[in-house]
Amino acid sequence: MDNILSWIIWIPIIGMVAIGFVPRGQQDLIKKIAAVTTGIQLLVAVMIWITFNPTDGSFQFMERAEWIPSLGIAYILGIDGLSLPMVALNALIAFLGVFVSWNIDRAVKGYFALFLLLDTGIMGVFLSLDFFLFYVFWEVMLLPMYFLIGMWGGPQREYAAIKFFLYTLFGSVLMLIALLALYFACGKTFDMLLMMERAPFALDGVVWWGMSAIKVIWVLLFIGFAIKVPVFPFHTWLPLAHVEAPTAISVVLAGILLKLGVYGMLRINYTMLPDAVWWFAGAFAVLGMINVLWGAMCALAQKDLKKMVAYSSISHMGFLLLGMAAVIAGGAANGSNLMAAQAGINGAVFQMFNHGTISAMLFILVGVIYDQAHHRDIEGFGGLAAQMPVYSGIVALAFFAGLGLPGLSGFVSEAMCFIGAFPVFRTIVIISTIGILLNAAYFLWAFQRMFFGKLNEKYTGLVDINRRELFTVVPLLAITIFLGIYPRPFLDMIKETMNVLIDQVVIVGGIAGIF
Amino acid sequence: MSNLQSLSLYWPELILSGTILLAIIIDIFSESQQSKKVSNWVTLGLLLTLIAVAITKHSPTTLFMDTLAFDPFASFIKSIVIVATILVIVISRNSNEFKGYHTGEYYALLAVMVFGMFLMASAIDLIMVYLSIEVVSLMSFILAGYLKNNPRSNEASLKYVIYGAFSSGIMLYGLSIIFGLTGTTNYFEIRDAVKALDGSADLALTIASVFVLAGFGYKISAVPFHFWTPDVYEGSPTPITAYLSVAPKAAGFALMIRFFNQVFVDGASLSGMGWSSTVSFSWPQLLGIISVITMSMGNLVAIQQSSVKRMLAYSSIAHAGYMLMALPTTSSEGVFGIMIYLVMYLFMNLGAFFVLIYVIEKEGGETFEHFNGLGWRMPIVGLVMTIFMFSLTGLPPTVGFIGKFYLFAAVINAGPAFYWLAFFGALNTVVSLYYYMRVVKAMYLTGEPSDVIAVPSFSMTMIFLLLAIPSVFFGIYWVPVLGWVKESLLLFVQAL
Repeated sequence: MDNILSWIIWIPIIGMVAIGFVPRGQQDLIKKIAAVTTGIQLLVAVMIWITFNPTDGSFQFMERAEWIPSLGIAYILGIDGLSLPMVALNALIAFLGVFVSWNIDRAVKGYFALFLLLDTGIMGVFLSLDFFLFYVFWEVMLLPMYFLIGMWGGPQREYAAIKFFLYTLFGSVLMLIALLALYFACGKTFDMLLMMERAPFALDGVVWWGMSAIKVIWVLLFIGFAIKVPVFPFHTWLPLAHVEAPTAISVVLAGILLKLGVYGMLRINYTMLPDAVWWFAGAFAVLGMINVLWGAMCALAQKDLKKMVAYSSISHMGFLLLGMAAVIAGGAANGSNLMAAQAGINGAVFQMFNHGTISAMLFILVGVIYDQAHHRDIEGFGGLAAQMPVYSGIVALAFFAGLGLPGLSGFVSEAMCFIGAFPVFRTIVIISTIGILLNAAYFLWAFQRMFFGKLNEKYTGLVDINRRELFTVVPLLAITIFLGIYPRPFLDMIKETMNVLIDQVVIVGGIAGIF
Repeated sequence: MSNLQSLSLYWPELILSGTILLAIIIDIFSESQQSKKVSNWVTLGLLLTLIAVAITKHSPTTLFMDTLAFDPFASFIKSIVIVATILVIVISRNSNEFKGYHTGEYYALLAVMVFGMFLMASAIDLIMVYLSIEVVSLMSFILAGYLKNNPRSNEASLKYVIYGAFSSGIMLYGLSIIFGLTGTTNYFEIRDAVKALDGSADLALTIASVFVLAGFGYKISAVPFHFWTPDVYEGSPTPITAYLSVAPKAAGFALMIRFFNQVFVDGASLSGMGWSSTVSFSWPQLLGIISVITMSMGNLVAIQQSSVKRMLAYSSIAHAGYMLMALPTTSSEGVFGIMIYLVMYLFMNLGAFFVLIYVIEKEGGETFEHFNGLGWRMPIVGLVMTIFMFSLTGLPPTVGFIGKFYLFAAVINAGPAFYWLAFFGALNTVVSLYYYMRVVKAMYLTGEPSDVIAVPSFSMTMIFLLLAIPSVFFGIYWVPVLGWVKESLLLFVQAL
């Protein structure tokens, strides 16, 4: 059990090296290696989940090794209630992603090698507790993503890939500047635990060109992370990248990559710059509202099913931002409403996880129909319910999860976000609820157009969802239903860490408070 | 030190001179046209020189009546120059651009150029500065025009001569103003005299510095003294292009570091902290602005190129801009960052050019189209080129990122007054991604998986790996480089 976090990060690299030695012709062997590798990773993740101590809100399974001592860079890993669900989600999505990619037949070796590299990059971001290491993993993730979209994507793949790359790199370099500023402010260390302790006080009262240093760093970091989320107006790369990427990569993009932005904000912005949370919470709420409404309205207008799902992601991330803004309800100025703060933050993290499973499911389902029909035009279908009954049933459930039907997990987390944000941002929450209505509208409308009515003559040859595809969807569906009915096990795992986070914002941010 | 004493610390240069003379003699008696013998001899001589550089140790001092400095910093730059030269000699032997030319004197000229750069690395006297720049320039003119049957190579040489003559003339004028103001050519005496002027001659000093900067800027191709770069880089034999983009640039930066950080800065020792400028005119701001203009211009124009060779020419302008970013910080961190970057830049830029040489040979051209589908047809070449492109962009885990990281760290550490530099540097990184990725895109995103796979010859593969492996390894664990640079960050300084 020693170094279990290192294992979960580096296992995919072992698989990648193994794939490197397989002759190019043996495609099946390559796929099997990828499946076994991610399978082992999933088992390790389950082990961590079981042995994780939910009553402890601090970091567990810590690892520490010297790397570049003269620069204060170390190899530090640790896991808490914030990263645990993300690690589990990533392991699950990566494992399912291999099976979603089973039909890839072009340059298979390269595809799975890059896929595993991507897996390592994402795991690394969630587990590093050294800011430099965090940044390296953050960037390493971009390289395979560029190739995976650019080489195996749809007709506009080259444009989508470079746009994705440019957008995220823009965010990253701003983050690099913020990182260096924090590094020097905190006494030349990249150890995130030390930075969390020192940064709120070290930067207190520092002014750069008439602006508070805390605000400047916050904004730089925020832009870096907001591009990943994506927060309006940094979202324009997303629909394109999602639509052009091959199915499995869309699944990873929606399921995990978007969460990295939120994870970064909660891990870094909230803990290192707690004062600025107070300053920015209002903007968070407003941006969340815009995301909810803008994403939903764009989704309503889409003719391409995959694009519709992509925009629905933007909308769902908006709920999450509202939940994150709710943390300030815990402050004295807002009546020390700790319940609301807890509901909001726990809801946001829960929403991260739920959106990960639901959107992954939606993208897989889009891929299923696309593989057979070779198009995704919502209007082009019709009456599929009779032709593909099992598929229709699963899509119905997935759509219901997406629109937040009670009894499915999405409802619980969205409701928590709203409940948390309501006491502080009443008007904004009320307006945002229109988004729920819009969500229901486009999902149901799309469902109606695709599955009801007269069957299109062209599609009498379509066969129902096959066993491999079922295997990729059912686990996600099961999680969605289970957590929809009984969210307690999940919330218990993250609760203590969220309390620590709220304390950091409310107490530390309150003491040092300059706003 | 007196002249005679100096000789005992001058072993590397003496070996180098012997190498040059013998190379010429061997060339006369050598019969083969390709002159393998000469290149073997020059390589051997350079290796001996490198060993001599490494083992000649002495506390920082001056040689030949205070005209040259002898310090670890000079040895550092000399080592970079020698390594670059040896690599370029190896690639020149493997390149077929020189087919039909007698190449004996080519290698001898390269060795002379190395000598000039040795002088540049240690010059602390205005006369020596001028002479060393001229030695390097004259050799570059000839080498750029080495393909005498190729009109573009001739054009390159001619343009280079005109620009070179022009900018060294301006520099000489600037040097003479400084001499007129201070009555001496020695850096440290100038520093003391300038300080004694106490701001009374700021205008004259500003003008003189700008003029001197024309000469330095020309050597490192900083905007607006860069106009020769694209055409010369494009027309020269590609190995020479690779060479010009690395070695003289390193030597040029050495000159600039010495000039600005020794003449205008009052620091007891360069390893110390908290220097201050001894003059009141704002040369750091001037350098900062030149840095931003240089990187932005280089990057923006590189985007529009259709030839990879020209693109790399503009990209090397941009990299000069990044390095210039750290110079105005007047801190040992800044010099440290530049030194790290020079090491990292050596690997990635030479690597990119060497792949280009190979592609020109195999595909018959240097445009982006010639790279189409290369990753499928030649997996090894595609992979190493991808590493070099990522590295030039500055993405981890490659050396390019580590180099940029130290530059940015130096700038951020210098305080809020310099943050705008870091900001522009960061934006430029994003811009540069676009055109470096064009190469990667051509190699992988166009074209189809192919069953016919070409593998470069053993020696080419070795050269590629020799540059690509450090490009990644030092990106993950760069402590060895760090240690070397730290030891070398010691410049000779005379107390004020």
